Amino acid sequence: MADTITAPHISGHADHHDVDYLHDGKGLKSWLTTIDHKRIGVMYLWSILFMFFLGGVFAMLIRLELLTPKQTIMSAETYNKVFTLHGAIMVFLFIIPSVPAALANFVLPLMLGAKDVAFPKLNLFSWYIYMVGAFLAVGAMVTGGVDTGWTFYTPYSTTTDGSVALMTFAVFVLGFSSILTGVNFVATIHNLRAPGMGWFDMPLFCWGIYSTALIQVLATPVLAITLLLLLMERTFGIGIFDPKLGGDPVLFQHFFWFYSHPAVYIMILPGMAIISEIIPTFSQKTIFGYRAIAFSSVAIALVSFIVWGHHMFTSGQSQLASAIFSFITFFVAIPSAIKTFNWIVTMYKGSVAFNAPMLYALSFLLLFGIGGLTGIFLGAVSVDIHLHDTYFVVAHFHYVMMGSTVIAFLGGLHYWWPKMFGRMYNEPAAKVACALIFIGFNTTFLPQFVLGSRGMPRRYYNYLPEFQFLHQLSTVGSWILGLGFLIMAGYLFASLRKKMDAPANPWHSRTLEWQTSSPPITHNFHEIPTIGGGPYDYYRPVGKGRNA
Amino acid sequence: MSSHSPEVAEHRFRQHHFVTADQQLDTSKTGMWLFLATEILMFGGLFVGYGLMQGVYPEAWVAGHHHLDRVLGAVNTVFLLCSSFSMVMAVHYASTDQKSKTVMNLGITLAFAFAFLVIKYIEYSHKFHEGLLPGRYFRLAEVGGPPQQAMFFGFYFMMTGIHGFHVLIGIILIAWLMVRASRGDFSSAYYTPVDLIGLYWHLVDLIWIYLFPLLYLIS
Repeated sequence: MADTITAPHISGHADHHDVDYLHDGKGLKSWLTTIDHKRIGVMYLWSILFMFFLGGVFAMLIRLELLTPKQTIMSAETYNKVFTLHGAIMVFLFIIPSVPAALANFVLPLMLGAKDVAFPKLNLFSWYIYMVGAFLAVGAMVTGGVDTGWTFYTPYSTTTDGSVALMTFAVFVLGFSSILTGVNFVATIHNLRAPGMGWFDMPLFCWGIYSTALIQVLATPVLAITLLLLLMERTFGIGIFDPKLGGDPVLFQHFFWFYSHPAVYIMILPGMAIISEIIPTFSQKTIFGYRAIAFSSVAIALVSFIVWGHHMFTSGQSQLASAIFSFITFFVAIPSAIKTFNWIVTMYKGSVAFNAPMLYALSFLLLFGIGGLTGIFLGAVSVDIHLHDTYFVVAHFHYVMMGSTVIAFLGGLHYWWPKMFGRMYNEPAAKVACALIFIGFNTTFLPQFVLGSRGMPRRYYNYLPEFQFLHQLSTVGSWILGLGFLIMAGYLFASLRKKMDAPANPWHSRTLEWQTSSPPITHNFHEIPTIGGGPYDYYRPVGKGRNA
Repeated sequence: MSSHSPEVAEHRFRQHHFVTADQQLDTSKTGMWLFLATEILMFGGLFVGYGLMQGVYPEAWVAGHHHLDRVLGAVNTVFLLCSSFSMVMAVHYASTDQKSKTVMNLGITLAFAFAFLVIKYIEYSHKFHEGLLPGRYFRLAEVGGPPQQAMFFGFYFMMTGIHGFHVLIGIILIAWLMVRASRGDFSSAYYTPVDLIGLYWHLVDLIWIYLFPLLYLIS
């Protein structure tokens, strides 16, 4: 095996008989019936971006309402519905499917040198399930809304008015979409790697997605049954979660967090997976500690299943349980830190290029550092008693979910955009947008740490006058953030209107998805690639394998 | 993925993104086992909830289970065990190119599955008649005994209901297999659907093996 990668016909232009996937079939029907993972990934991408927009509008409304104490633009009842919808949409309709179903759907088979995912029809089916779930969720919004918070805690959720049943059912349906994606990716990684590609020859993105998919497969069914029990509770009053009927509301919390804590890692692991691609590419250097990063992903996935009780320190669970959950929670810090240090060391003595994707990756390192370390505050029982249900918690999980996962998602979007659509976006505009998003994000959420530590409770409509300055700072931050996203939407849409100009490998990466044309042909590669070297062999000239 | 029989590789049911039929078979099996894992975890959640509440209200559980018909439950257990056996035989005959025996054994499986649902229907209508309904529809005045029996029957209907739904899906899948088998789709070179739906059917059987003692045989 003389060549690292044997994929002939590396060129930006498709052969006359091999059209790219965007032009292979015209019209809406060819998209709605496609089983091409790239097209399904693109359909997912537009769907989740729309949901991100919707959730973002709700977020802006929340911040606007909190500009002044008491009523600013909406009533307290409306406010409860708005923050619930913001949370439910962002978690279940945007973040969870964002990287796996949209980006990984597109790049995972390419990275493995495969023609498609393991089960292409199931892949399309999962998109349709997602759309059904999305319509049900929107239906719940317009037929009364939901005011329970995204966690649907009982007994409030079984007694309040509104469309709780419909929203719960929507999330139940969305869970199946997530399960099918997970099953598909695990099977793909197990069975569809190109000839010669061992587990440790895969790009680290695949390890991250593999760990994510395992959690999707193992945790989501528990959410499904929990929501089904909640539905039965609402319709038949079977009483499992209702103390009036002899049930136990804390049991609901156990069930809910048994899924939803691992789900937090469904959100962060793919973000980390993207960072593991961007940093070596833009440092033009072999990733430091490949195996350490790979095993850290799996370790995070495994530990994620035994820490759920740290969401329940004040719920009345036994103190011994709280102490044990707190202790195990600290273990999450180890693989997370291993990854972070490896990414930093990868940049050391590399030739670092500060393109937009890399700026997002660097933002990720800073924001994930803050998000991760404040998580340790909350994982410690004694500190959490003081901080629980305050804005400190809100700030913490926004630093992880938005500051880390969404920022990484945006990094990935900018990184693979030329591959997905064959067009380069306006780089200076992208840098400005990235800077605005970084500044806006910190202006929005840093004050919330202070608010929380001073005792401002989360989800409250009204607040004491001394909190007003920090709330206003946070609201101004949300406007900067919104401006950043507007600019991003502008240059991304503008890039789609011009002619295809992206080279096959604009970032000089060594992973397989860059060794085919941009955008790729329907079958991904003209010939099945054979693998002779690692995905990050930047120390060798392009095309030279281990034995060269 | 190691053996390469050209005859197998060129089989008409190989999908475009697989290099060999073996690779396709391995992949399908991986997918099916993962799916079965999700099923076990879903029922696992129910079992945990059931077990916890049984620990809190043991007397309501014992009182509730006296209203269940052990004989009908046992008969259904036997039916499902027999259907699992005929399913194994169907897989065996499909893999050894014996078309008519494959169809026959699938038919036997289907018959047992139907019989299971008929008995379940009889059981359910008795419960409805006697007011043994879940939650707030439970007619305690008629039935008597501890009030948490309402919760027991909530679990009973959910667990057997979701299981019954799986039996129904199984019936549809097995009927589809019969159509394909009689059309001659399956041979020793390709019988993946029979194999996979067989796995699914065993899981449905296995879950009932746990449900029967948990619901009918407590003391």
